[in-house]
Amino acid sequence: MSNKLRRIALTVNGEAVEREVPVRLNLVDFLRHELGFTGSHVGCEHGACGACTVLLDEQTVRGCLTLAVQADGCAVRTIEGAGENELMVDLQAAFHRLNALQCGFCTPGMLFSAQELLQANPAPSREEIRDYLSGNFCRCTGYQAIVDAVQAVAQMRHGARHGGRHGAPGP
Amino acid sequence: MKAPDFDYHRPETLAEALDLLARHGEDAAIIAGGQSLLALLNFRLAAPERLIDIGRLTDLKSLSEDHGHIEIGGLLRHCDLQASPLIARELPLLHKAIGHIAHPAVRHRGTIGGSLAMADPAAELGACCLALDGEFLLVSLQNRRWVAAADFFLGVYQTALRADEILAAVRLPKRRPGSIGIFDEIARRRGDFAMAGLALAAQTGDGGLSDVRLALLGVADRPILAGKTMAFLEGRPINEARIDEAAALIAGEIDPPEDPAYPPAYRRHLTGVLLRRALLELCS
Ligand SMILES: Cc1cc2nc3c(=O)[nH]c(=O)nc-3n(C[C@H](O)[C@H](O)[C@H](O)COP(=O)(O)OP(=O)(O)OC[C@H]3O[C@@H](n4cnc5c(N)ncnc54)[C@H](O)[C@@H]3O)c2cc1C
Ligand code: FES
Ligand code: FES
Repeated sequence: MSNKLRRIALTVNGEAVEREVPVRLNLVDFLRHELGFTGSHVGCEHGACGACTVLLDEQTVRGCLTLAVQADGCAVRTIEGAGENELMVDLQAAFHRLNALQCGFCTPGMLFSAQELLQANPAPSREEIRDYLSGNFCRCTGYQAIVDAVQAVAQMRHGARHGGRHGAPGP
Repeated sequence: MKAPDFDYHRPETLAEALDLLARHGEDAAIIAGGQSLLALLNFRLAAPERLIDIGRLTDLKSLSEDHGHIEIGGLLRHCDLQASPLIARELPLLHKAIGHIAHPAVRHRGTIGGSLAMADPAAELGACCLALDGEFLLVSLQNRRWVAAADFFLGVYQTALRADEILAAVRLPKRRPGSIGIFDEIARRRGDFAMAGLALAAQTGDGGLSDVRLALLGVADRPILAGKTMAFLEGRPINEARIDEAAALIAGEIDPPEDPAYPPAYRRHLTGVLLRRALLELCS
């Protein structure tokens, strides 16, 4: 086998996948072009915008700064396979309800970053939300509605568990 | 905007990786987290004939301590260090700095060895290692050597690493009673490379600061020590008049490169602001 092609085996959205791939192929192109998971987007291709964010072994990574061969043996999750997670379902509903997306290009990456934040920190401040999402660019919304949506989900889930009421997002 | 073609090797052991480097070093690039290298490849700013992926070398993923030092494996990721209670306790300066590196998704893959080997003049970790007087273990098939941070950085993206060497570990002294570590930087947006930054390590006592080491990032072609300002701060109490003097001294001491976006005078100003903030924090 040439060193320019390599066989990889991984799971994508819970299903085992095995493919021979060009070693220079990045993970997001592999997901989009080989497997048809076009929910992960390609913006800048140098790590700046976050549109290509997917989960690799349950952590957010840049799909454009990860080679498909580096994901060999790992578990990858794209937005198409994210709906099994209750928190994600709540986030998606809140993004929809609060207009936290317009064109939707940034949304899959934004959702994964927001999910990761709320898993680690169920009641973040607006400042902490902005900080965690700083690596995901949105050219449409101006971010305010995105922060609102993440905060609304935090208040709903965290508030419910701690006997609080469902608050409207603050300033 | 796609990487050029290359051959790819994924050694399973350090010995295998060093052997590959000994044979192909000049034409090969090591890939660790890929968070700098893959951007360079996508932009076609680099086109190595082969990539040697060291990402699976568990030998380089250990974190250990002895009585006076912490040893950090070259492949530990920014997020590993950020989450480590040992680092938070024994190397608070480093702990504070890591939150300023890029964004979570980048910290999940970027490594300490990769950051140091990349030698971006605005990288946080290089300046911290310099302030802490750290040492790096460079290994090749033939040789092992420890290089002090002060001798490692040679210029923009230039280091003492030879083509056949891997940065295997970083050794940093633990905090001692009375030691302080302050990290601060100014960037345009959260996670961006800083326009200027500062890592200050010192001992505090009745007579003021001693063993002062003040490293700066983003203001020269590599992380630098501000020697004159260090001498000025050494062994004397800090008060408001001295803070003003120190801020003026450091702004005059450095010589930032020409840059259309951030003129040297601006970076000098920012560095003075950062030092003032750090010293005020110490006083309070
Ligand atoms: C959007 C974005 C923002 C960023 N912001 C910051 C920031 O604010 N501050 C900051 O410090 N960094 C920043 N980075 C860079 C990030 O910290 C990288 O993780 C780091 O520079 C490189 O680590 P890596 O493991 O990914 O190295 P790689 O990209 O794999 O390698 C980088 C270089 O080091 C060499 N190399 C890697 N490991 C070794 C080793 N063990 N021994 C010898 N040579 C080695 C490679 O051959 C290559 O030349 C940013 C990156 C991105 C994409
Ligand atoms: S496409 Fe990957 S970060 Fe922009
Ligand atoms: S909704 Fe268009 S980029 Fe965010």
